[in-house]
Amino acid sequence: MSVLLVEDNPDDVALIQRAFRKANIANPLRVVTDGEEAVAYLAGRGEYADRARHPLPVLVLLDLKLPKRSGHEVLAWLRSQEGLRRLPVAVLTSSREAADVNRAYDLGANAYLQKPVGFEALHELVGTLNLFWLILNEKPDLCS
Amino acid sequence: MDPILVVDDDPDDVELVRRAFRRLRVVNPVRVASDGEEAVAYLAGTGPFADRLANPLPALVLLDLKLPRRSGHEVLDWVKAQPVLRRIPVVVLTSSGERRDVDRAYDLAANSYLVKPVRFDDLVRLIGELNVYWMILNEPPGLGAEGDP
Repeated sequence: MSVLLVEDNPDDVALIQRAFRKANIANPLRVVTDGEEAVAYLAGRGEYADRARHPLPVLVLLDLKLPKRSGHEVLAWLRSQEGLRRLPVAVLTSSREAADVNRAYDLGANAYLQKPVGFEALHELVGTLNLFWLILNEKPDLCS
Repeated sequence: MDPILVVDDDPDDVELVRRAFRRLRVVNPVRVASDGEEAVAYLAGTGPFADRLANPLPALVLLDLKLPRRSGHEVLDWVKAQPVLRRIPVVVLTSSGERRDVDRAYDLAANSYLVKPVRFDDLVRLIGELNVYWMILNEPPGLGAEGDP
Protein backbone atom coordinates (compact mmCIF):
# COMPACT_ATOMS: atom_id res chain seq x y z
CA MET A 1 0.00 0.00 0.00
CA SER A 2 2.64 2.51 -1.03
CA VAL A 3 2.33 6.06 -2.27
CA LEU A 4 4.39 7.07 -5.31
CA LEU A 5 5.74 10.61 -5.18
CA VAL A 6 6.87 12.00 -8.54
CA GLU A 7 8.94 15.06 -7.72
CA ASP A 8 12.26 16.35 -9.05
CA ASN A 9 13.04 18.94 -6.38
CA PRO A 10 15.08 17.25 -3.60
CA ASP A 11 14.03 19.90 -1.05
CA ASP A 12 10.35 19.26 -1.76
CA VAL A 13 10.93 15.50 -1.58
CA ALA A 14 12.60 15.88 1.83
CA LEU A 15 9.76 18.09 3.12
CA ILE A 16 7.06 15.72 1.92
CA GLN A 17 8.90 12.73 3.43
CA ARG A 18 9.13 14.60 6.73
CA ALA A 19 5.44 15.48 6.61
CA PHE A 20 4.57 11.80 5.98
CA ARG A 21 6.70 10.75 8.96
CA LYS A 22 5.26 13.45 11.19
CA ALA A 23 1.71 12.46 10.24
CA ASN A 24 2.58 8.84 11.18
CA ILE A 25 1.49 7.54 7.81
CA ALA A 26 2.12 3.83 7.67
CA ASN A 27 2.15 3.64 3.87
CA PRO A 28 5.68 3.70 2.51
CA LEU A 29 6.48 6.66 0.29
CA ARG A 30 8.39 5.80 -2.86
CA VAL A 31 10.06 8.55 -4.83
CA VAL A 32 10.88 8.92 -8.50
CA THR A 33 12.45 12.11 -9.74
CA ASP A 34 11.39 12.56 -13.34
CA GLY A 35 8.55 11.68 -15.71
CA GLU A 36 10.43 8.85 -17.47
CA GLU A 37 11.20 7.20 -14.15
CA ALA A 38 7.54 7.51 -13.11
CA VAL A 39 6.46 5.73 -16.29
CA ALA A 40 9.16 3.04 -15.81
CA TYR A 41 8.06 2.48 -12.21
CA LEU A 42 4.36 2.26 -13.08
CA ALA A 43 4.95 0.07 -16.13
CA GLY A 44 7.30 -2.17 -14.10
CA ARG A 45 10.13 -1.78 -16.58
CA GLY A 46 13.93 -1.74 -16.25
CA GLU A 47 15.07 -1.54 -12.65
CA TYR A 48 11.41 -1.66 -11.55
CA ALA A 49 10.63 -4.99 -13.22
CA ASP A 50 10.31 -6.80 -9.88
CA ARG A 51 6.76 -6.01 -8.72
CA ALA A 52 7.33 -7.64 -5.35
CA ARG A 53 10.01 -5.05 -4.60
CA HIS A 54 8.33 -2.20 -6.47
CA PRO A 55 4.60 -2.71 -5.93
CA LEU A 56 2.00 -0.60 -7.67
CA PRO A 57 1.06 2.35 -5.45
CA VAL A 58 -2.45 3.04 -4.16
CA LEU A 59 -1.99 6.76 -4.85
CA VAL A 60 0.29 8.84 -7.08
CA LEU A 61 1.33 12.35 -6.01
CA LEU A 62 2.38 14.00 -9.23
CA ASP A 63 4.30 17.21 -9.74
CA LEU A 64 3.76 18.87 -13.12
CA LYS A 65 7.07 20.52 -13.95
CA LEU A 66 9.32 17.49 -14.36
CA PRO A 67 12.40 16.64 -16.42
CA LYS A 68 12.15 14.28 -19.44
CA ARG A 69 8.35 13.87 -19.35
CA SER A 70 6.06 16.45 -17.79
CA GLY A 71 3.45 15.53 -15.19
CA HIS A 72 0.74 16.14 -17.80
CA GLU A 73 2.45 13.64 -20.12
CA VAL A 74 2.74 11.05 -17.35
CA LEU A 75 -0.98 11.53 -16.60
CA ALA A 76 -1.98 11.14 -20.27
CA TRP A 77 0.13 7.97 -20.52
CA LEU A 78 -1.29 6.53 -17.29
CA ARG A 79 -4.91 7.06 -18.32
CA SER A 80 -4.30 5.19 -21.58
CA GLN A 81 -2.92 2.08 -19.83
CA GLU A 82 -5.39 -0.75 -19.37
CA GLY A 83 -4.08 -1.95 -16.00
CA LEU A 84 -3.28 1.48 -14.54
CA ARG A 85 -5.99 3.86 -15.65
CA ARG A 86 -8.00 3.52 -12.42
CA LEU A 87 -5.08 4.50 -10.22
CA PRO A 88 -5.92 7.66 -8.23
CA VAL A 89 -3.62 10.55 -9.13
CA ALA A 90 -3.48 13.75 -7.11
CA VAL A 91 -1.47 16.50 -8.76
CA LEU A 92 0.72 18.21 -6.15
CA THR A 93 2.47 21.22 -7.60
CA SER A 94 3.36 24.81 -6.92
CA SER A 95 1.44 26.02 -9.98
CA ARG A 96 -2.15 27.10 -9.69
CA GLU A 97 -2.33 28.53 -13.19
CA ALA A 98 -5.70 27.87 -14.77
CA ALA A 99 -4.10 26.32 -17.87
CA ASP A 100 -2.24 23.77 -15.71
CA VAL A 101 -5.24 23.02 -13.51
CA ASN A 102 -7.69 22.60 -16.38
CA ARG A 103 -5.32 20.49 -18.47
CA ALA A 104 -4.74 18.18 -15.50
CA TYR A 105 -8.51 17.65 -15.05
CA ASP A 106 -8.95 17.21 -18.80
CA LEU A 107 -6.33 14.45 -18.72
CA GLY A 108 -8.13 12.68 -15.88
CA ALA A 109 -6.44 13.83 -12.66
CA ASN A 110 -8.51 12.79 -9.63
CA ALA A 111 -7.57 15.88 -7.67
CA TYR A 112 -5.30 18.92 -7.86
CA LEU A 113 -3.48 20.30 -4.86
CA GLN A 114 -1.24 23.30 -4.60
CA LYS A 115 1.92 22.76 -2.53
CA PRO A 116 1.53 24.95 0.52
CA VAL A 117 4.38 27.24 1.50
CA GLY A 118 5.15 26.50 5.17
CA PHE A 119 5.92 23.08 6.66
CA GLU A 120 2.96 23.23 9.05
CA ALA A 121 0.54 23.74 6.17
CA LEU A 122 2.20 20.87 4.29
CA HIS A 123 1.90 18.64 7.34
CA GLU A 124 -1.83 19.43 7.53
CA LEU A 125 -2.29 18.82 3.81
CA VAL A 126 -0.54 15.45 4.03
CA GLY A 127 -2.71 14.52 7.03
CA THR A 128 -5.87 15.27 5.06
CA LEU A 129 -4.53 13.51 1.97
CA ASN A 130 -3.88 10.45 4.07
CA LEU A 131 -7.30 10.45 5.67
CA PHE A 132 -9.12 11.04 2.42
CA TRP A 133 -7.19 8.92 -0.08
CA LEU A 134 -5.61 6.20 2.05
CA ILE A 135 -8.37 5.65 4.58
CA LEU A 136 -11.78 6.85 3.33
CA ASN A 137 -11.51 6.44 -0.41
CA GLU A 138 -12.49 3.03 -1.78
CA LYS A 139 -9.55 1.76 -3.84
CA PRO A 140 -9.92 0.44 -7.36
CA ASP A 141 -8.73 -2.99 -8.36
CA LEU A 142 -5.94 -2.47 -10.88
CA CYS A 143 -5.80 -5.90 -12.42
CA SER A 144 -9.30 -6.93 -13.47
CA MET B 1 -20.92 30.31 -3.56
CA ASP B 2 -20.98 27.30 -5.89
CA PRO B 3 -23.41 24.59 -4.86
CA ILE B 4 -22.78 20.93 -4.14
CA LEU B 5 -25.02 18.75 -6.29
CA VAL B 6 -26.29 15.69 -4.43
CA VAL B 7 -27.70 13.05 -6.78
CA ASP B 8 -29.70 10.62 -4.68
CA ASP B 9 -33.19 9.18 -5.03
CA ASP B 10 -33.67 8.23 -1.38
CA PRO B 11 -35.26 11.20 0.47
CA ASP B 12 -34.02 9.88 3.83
CA ASP B 13 -30.44 9.74 2.61
CA VAL B 14 -30.77 13.23 1.10
CA GLU B 15 -32.03 14.56 4.41
CA LEU B 16 -29.14 12.93 6.30
CA VAL B 17 -26.58 14.42 3.90
CA ARG B 18 -28.23 17.85 4.21
CA ARG B 19 -28.20 17.56 8.01
CA ALA B 20 -24.51 16.57 7.94
CA PHE B 21 -23.65 19.64 5.83
CA ARG B 22 -25.67 21.88 8.18
CA ARG B 23 -24.06 20.39 11.27
CA LEU B 24 -20.64 21.13 9.73
CA ARG B 25 -21.73 24.69 8.86
CA VAL B 26 -20.75 24.24 5.23
CA VAL B 27 -21.77 27.43 3.48
CA ASN B 28 -22.10 26.01 -0.04
CA PRO B 29 -25.76 25.43 -0.85
CA VAL B 30 -26.80 21.83 -1.39
CA ARG B 31 -28.80 21.18 -4.56
CA VAL B 32 -30.52 17.86 -5.10
CA ALA B 33 -31.30 15.84 -8.21
CA SER B 34 -33.35 12.77 -7.41
CA ASP B 35 -32.69 10.69 -10.50
CA GLY B 36 -30.09 10.33 -13.24
CA GLU B 37 -32.08 12.27 -15.85
CA GLU B 38 -32.50 15.21 -13.52
CA ALA B 39 -28.76 15.21 -12.75
CA VAL B 40 -27.93 15.34 -16.46
CA ALA B 41 -30.53 18.10 -17.04
CA TYR B 42 -29.10 20.15 -14.16
CA LEU B 43 -25.51 19.79 -15.36
CA ALA B 44 -26.42 20.43 -19.00
CA GLY B 45 -28.58 23.40 -18.02
CA THR B 46 -31.61 22.15 -19.90
CA GLY B 47 -35.36 22.13 -19.18
CA PRO B 48 -36.19 23.47 -15.72
CA PHE B 49 -32.48 24.19 -15.14
CA ALA B 50 -31.91 26.41 -18.20
CA ASP B 51 -31.26 29.50 -16.05
CA ARG B 52 -27.61 29.15 -15.01
CA LEU B 53 -27.82 32.03 -12.56
CA ALA B 54 -30.53 30.25 -10.62
CA ASN B 55 -28.92 26.84 -11.20
CA PRO B 56 -25.15 27.37 -11.17
CA LEU B 57 -22.71 24.61 -12.01
CA PRO B 58 -21.69 22.76 -8.87
CA ALA B 59 -18.22 22.76 -7.35
CA LEU B 60 -18.68 19.07 -6.56
CA VAL B 61 -21.11 16.29 -7.44
CA LEU B 62 -21.96 13.59 -4.89
CA LEU B 63 -23.33 10.75 -6.96
CA ASP B 64 -25.27 7.72 -5.84
CA LEU B 65 -25.08 4.72 -8.18
CA LYS B 66 -28.49 3.05 -7.89
CA LEU B 67 -30.75 5.68 -9.42
CA PRO B 68 -33.99 5.68 -11.41
CA ARG B 69 -34.06 6.54 -15.13
CA ARG B 70 -30.28 6.78 -15.55
CA SER B 71 -27.89 4.99 -13.23
CA GLY B 72 -25.04 6.79 -11.52
CA HIS B 73 -22.61 5.01 -13.84
CA GLU B 74 -24.53 6.34 -16.83
CA VAL B 75 -24.52 9.88 -15.41
CA LEU B 76 -20.76 9.58 -14.83
CA ASP B 77 -20.20 8.29 -18.35
CA TRP B 78 -22.17 11.25 -19.73
CA VAL B 79 -20.48 13.94 -17.57
CA LYS B 80 -16.95 12.72 -18.27
CA ALA B 81 -17.65 12.80 -22.02
CA GLN B 82 -18.58 16.51 -21.95
CA PRO B 83 -15.74 18.89 -22.93
CA VAL B 84 -15.87 21.28 -19.95
CA LEU B 85 -18.22 19.59 -17.49
CA ARG B 86 -15.85 16.64 -17.29
CA ARG B 87 -13.56 18.70 -15.08
CA ILE B 88 -16.15 18.89 -12.29
CA PRO B 89 -15.05 16.57 -9.49
CA VAL B 90 -17.52 13.71 -9.12
CA VAL B 91 -17.37 11.72 -5.90
CA VAL B 92 -19.42 8.55 -5.83
CA LEU B 93 -21.26 8.23 -2.51
CA THR B 94 -23.17 5.00 -2.35
CA SER B 95 -24.03 2.12 -0.08
CA SER B 96 -22.44 -0.38 -2.46
CA GLY B 97 -18.85 -1.38 -1.80
CA GLU B 98 -19.02 -4.11 -4.43
CA ARG B 99 -15.83 -4.57 -6.42
CA ARG B 100 -17.67 -4.34 -9.77
CA ASP B 101 -19.33 -1.03 -8.89
CA VAL B 102 -16.09 0.48 -7.59
CA ASP B 103 -13.99 -0.55 -10.60
CA ARG B 104 -16.62 0.49 -13.13
CA ALA B 105 -16.87 3.93 -11.48
CA TYR B 106 -13.09 4.42 -11.77
CA ASP B 107 -13.15 3.17 -15.35
CA LEU B 108 -15.70 5.90 -16.06
CA ALA B 109 -13.35 8.46 -14.43
CA ALA B 110 -14.95 9.00 -11.03
CA ASN B 111 -12.67 11.29 -9.01
CA SER B 112 -13.23 9.35 -5.83
CA TYR B 113 -15.47 6.62 -4.40
CA LEU B 114 -16.90 6.64 -0.90
CA VAL B 115 -19.14 4.12 0.81
CA LYS B 116 -22.01 5.69 2.78
CA PRO B 117 -21.52 4.89 6.42
CA VAL B 118 -24.45 3.47 8.34
CA ARG B 119 -24.28 5.67 11.45
CA PHE B 120 -25.07 9.39 11.22
CA ASP B 121 -22.00 10.41 13.25
CA ASP B 122 -19.80 8.53 10.79
CA LEU B 123 -21.57 10.26 7.91
CA VAL B 124 -20.88 13.66 9.51
CA ARG B 125 -17.21 12.72 9.87
CA LEU B 126 -17.04 11.56 6.25
CA ILE B 127 -18.76 14.68 4.92
CA GLY B 128 -16.45 16.78 7.10
CA GLU B 129 -13.35 15.22 5.53
CA LEU B 130 -14.91 15.44 2.10
CA ASN B 131 -15.57 19.13 2.65
CA VAL B 132 -12.03 19.89 3.84
CA TYR B 133 -10.55 17.90 1.01
CA TRP B 134 -12.70 18.90 -1.96
CA MET B 135 -14.06 22.31 -1.03
CA ILE B 136 -11.05 23.76 0.79
CA LEU B 137 -7.80 22.08 -0.27
CA ASN B 138 -8.54 20.93 -3.78
CA GLU B 139 -7.87 23.43 -6.56
CA PRO B 140 -11.13 23.70 -8.53
CA PRO B 141 -11.14 23.49 -12.32
CA GLY B 142 -12.21 26.34 -14.56
CA LEU B 143 -15.63 25.76 -16.05
CA GLY B 144 -15.69 28.66 -18.49
CA ALA B 145 -15.12 28.14 -22.19
CA GLU B 146 -12.96 25.21 -23.18
CA GLY B 147 -9.34 25.76 -22.17
CA ASP B 148 -10.32 28.91 -20.30
CA PRO B 149 -9.97 29.47 -16.58
